[in-house]
Amino acid sequence: MESAYENRSASFILGFCVAVVIYLVLTAGSGTLFFWSLEELFLAIVSGIIAGLVTMVFLSKLAIEPSLKFFNPIRWFLFIIYIVGPFFFSMAKANIDVAYRVLTGKVKPGIVVIEPKLRSDFSIAMLANSITLTPGTLTVDAKDGKLFIHWLNVKSPKPKLSDVCSSFVSWIRRIAE
Amino acid sequence: MIELLIYVFISMGLLFHVIGALALHRFFDPYTRLHGSTLCTTFGSIFLALAAIIYALQTGLFPIALHVFLAIVFLMVTNATGAHAIARGAYLHGIKPKRLAVDELAKVRK
Repeated sequence: MESAYENRSASFILGFCVAVVIYLVLTAGSGTLFFWSLEELFLAIVSGIIAGLVTMVFLSKLAIEPSLKFFNPIRWFLFIIYIVGPFFFSMAKANIDVAYRVLTGKVKPGIVVIEPKLRSDFSIAMLANSITLTPGTLTVDAKDGKLFIHWLNVKSPKPKLSDVCSSFVSWIRRIAE
Repeated sequence: MIELLIYVFISMGLLFHVIGALALHRFFDPYTRLHGSTLCTTFGSIFLALAAIIYALQTGLFPIALHVFLAIVFLMVTNATGAHAIARGAYLHGIKPKRLAVDELAKVRK
């Protein structure tokens, strides 16, 4: 995607929050103040400020338009349901299928194009990552809302959306649009 | 009983890792080999991590379980973006995929 959005304060807050949360998870159980000792809480804030400054200076050009709708807890809830439900199920199916193809050598690779008709960059990025994480399908390129997918076992040269990424598109439309 | 479950998960993880390594050996171009590496990072690592989490919860080491969970989240995110970056870089560099049934991308890129 060619468009770039620069937002320095949002980058700082994002880097700060991510670093603090990860630091607190890694040091959980170190003391009696909730779960942390006072020194670890202090160091969490210091590491958060450092990570936030690095993000602000070097990584403030965002490829995806930031939006307030990602703070909606219903979307987070749907995202977790999506990961443990349909995504994990189709990943399990694809894992067994690819393991079978590795052992027998029955492959028919090809690069197919799908047009998911998603409007925002964020949902296209999420769909591309979901497809890449499923073994057997791999996103090679994205252009004008179309995704070019290297498929280990091509069933038809012009596949329907449900052949490549079972029900991902409708779920992602609910989560991110 | 729980120990048996841990052993089953570890063997499943190792099995998928071995199949992924076998895919690197059997397949013939970067794109098909990447499918094998995805096999390793998804099911192989998830089963090994599940075994570690169950063991940590059983022995009362809750922070270790949290750390393993965090590791698996990062592994998922970086595997997806990394595999895409390798595939796109290889295609733009001019490494042609072999034995293709269809190639829609060749019509768009030169």
